[in-house]
Amino acid sequence: MADIAFDGPRGSKPRHRLSGRNIMIYGTLIVVALYYLIPLYVMVMTSLKGLPEIRVGNIFSPPVEATFEPWVKAWSQACTGLNCEGLQRGFWNSVRITVPSVFLSILIASINGYALANWRFRGAEFFFAILMIGAFIPYQVMIYPMVILLRELGLYGSLTGLVLVHTVFGMPILTLLFRNYFATLPEELFKAARVDGTGFWGIYFRIMLPLSLPIFVVAVILQVTGIWNDFLFGVVYTKPEYYPMTVQLNNIVNTTTGVREYNVNMAATILTGLVPLLIYFVSGRLFVRGIAAGAVKG
Amino acid sequence: MLDQTPNTSETSLSIKGLQLSFGAVQVLKDVNMEIRQGEFIVLLGGSGSGKSTILNCIAGLLDVSDGQIFINGRNVTWDEPKDRGIGMVFQSYALYPQMSVRGNLAFGLKNARLPRNEIAKRIDRAAGILQIEDYLDRKPAALSGGQRQRVAIGRALVRDVDLFLFDEPLSNLDAKLRAELRVEIKRLHETLDNTMVYVTHDQIEAMTLADRIALLREGVIQQFASPDEIYRKPVNLYVAGFIGSPSMNFISGEISGGQFRFNGRATSLDGYDGTPRDGAAILGVRPEHTDFRIDGPESGIAATVELQEHMGAESVIYLRLDGQRFALRTPDDTHYPDGTSLNLSFDIARASLFDPQSELRL
Ligand SMILES: Nc1ncnc2c1ncn2[C@@H]1O[C@H](COP(=O)(O)OP(=O)(O)OP(=O)(O)O)[C@@H](O)[C@H]1O
Ligand SMILES: [Mg+2]
Repeated sequence: MADIAFDGPRGSKPRHRLSGRNIMIYGTLIVVALYYLIPLYVMVMTSLKGLPEIRVGNIFSPPVEATFEPWVKAWSQACTGLNCEGLQRGFWNSVRITVPSVFLSILIASINGYALANWRFRGAEFFFAILMIGAFIPYQVMIYPMVILLRELGLYGSLTGLVLVHTVFGMPILTLLFRNYFATLPEELFKAARVDGTGFWGIYFRIMLPLSLPIFVVAVILQVTGIWNDFLFGVVYTKPEYYPMTVQLNNIVNTTTGVREYNVNMAATILTGLVPLLIYFVSGRLFVRGIAAGAVKG
Repeated sequence: MLDQTPNTSETSLSIKGLQLSFGAVQVLKDVNMEIRQGEFIVLLGGSGSGKSTILNCIAGLLDVSDGQIFINGRNVTWDEPKDRGIGMVFQSYALYPQMSVRGNLAFGLKNARLPRNEIAKRIDRAAGILQIEDYLDRKPAALSGGQRQRVAIGRALVRDVDLFLFDEPLSNLDAKLRAELRVEIKRLHETLDNTMVYVTHDQIEAMTLADRIALLREGVIQQFASPDEIYRKPVNLYVAGFIGSPSMNFISGEISGGQFRFNGRATSLDGYDGTPRDGAAILGVRPEHTDFRIDGPESGIAATVELQEHMGAESVIYLRLDGQRFALRTPDDTHYPDGTSLNLSFDIARASLFDPQSELRL
């Protein structure tokens, strides 16, 4: 048998690198990537130049004399209309807003989703419907009522108040996310745990949580980027000393006093965007690993 | 009939007037069962007949709409699953994927706050019985289907309870493994002597494992009897048609003068196990209770061969009898060409007659 040579196709099918289809796909991808990368490139280059060099004009050329001065200035000295402390205060405010908001909203939403998916309690459908309506009401409608609510609670203008707002506004979409994920976990696992004498919290912490790393990572990405990038709630519900980084950035970039320091503005902008970027890089990896290691099925 | 009166000292599980509705849909309608200590009960029925629902009610995983459930004489209708003294094995195994086999077995015992040496002792015993000692430290993902199901059984075993509930435990396995584990479960039952309630839609599992079978249809128990009795004396047309493969042949006709007459033919009812009355009736004959000859009296029941399936040890011949299909099973492996005329004779002692209106056995 072995020495009979068969004519015709055999083994793995050869692929043509330069087929029309490939040119189309890679061409499109490269154009889109450039579209997103060029502004970033310009920003990084500009932030590394001194002001005289910027005035010369060529925004695409790399800096002749690279300097980190603008970055230092953006972080610690740049002026808003009110103070000259740079971004650092805004950064720490944002951290103090984002961390508890992300933690609280995910904790509560995951428990909501778990209860809705696994415990068919009376009124579950009704609760879920209300939450979903919440997801479709535009934020603008709720801004003023929320102001009143916070004022009555004595939280208006405080970090706690803003954390509360973020937690509440994240609830509908996160609950939906968790409910749908928990609904895909095998129901018999849940039943087995009940026979084994685990209750509501036991099943949540010891059965559901260990199986849900991927969805938690998704939720963290959603919430960190959403809350870190928030501008509107930050302006509306806090006072200047608690302004998040985004608001601080806006105020630095928009100060009308003195010369426009493009390099400092660029550096400040990149600094502000760094946290969500970092989250993507770190959790993206975890995310993939989470799915691979889960082996939920089987 | 078997004794149906409850006897608390011996009754392991007793279900009284159980009803369950999901919204407007009534899934279980007045289910009653008395199960003695040590019995192996199989709940058999088509898809959606309510088998899993009954099991979940016994386990306490579903809230009943009406009725009562007693386990070992104690009313557990409102008890939590863990307090009912049951162990349960699921179709999808439902092993906790993040825990090792040992962790899976220990989970319920830790929840019950058993001392550590007792937990270890019980795991050792269960692992010994089920021969899973070698992979106690593996994760479920690293086990084969059969091994997983063994672990799932082990999880019920370590609970040291009197009542085991199985929900189609073998249906995810391939045919060979299924047959192996079936024998193992039977042996397990003989060793442990606890009561088992086992859900399946596989007739062979039901016939081989059960002391008694409860045959369900749309939430109503049609017949609750030994496999032998269900096979020999099905109470109605549905049960008769459900059990057996190929299923029982039905012939419409009427009874008069001790004979069953149909389409101008007749067969004597001598030896029939029951009380036939004159009038319209349906005769049910199993394929394996039909005999045939190639040459026979002109007055015999003649049918023509349509198709024949050889299965090694036996063959099934599909015939046409008065325009209807008729199957017969025979150890004879001769090939009969299509169109051959065979002369049939029925084993009336093992046949059933049904009333066409009520569909009940006569
Ligand atoms: N949560 C539910 N809501 C509404 N109807 C349900 C629910 N669970 C089950 N049912 C219905 O109850 C009936 C019985 O379901 P059950 O799961 O007991 O069937 P089964 O006999 O176990 O079937 P199978 O052999 O397919 O597992 C089915 O008609 C099913 O559609
Ligand atoms: Mg079922």
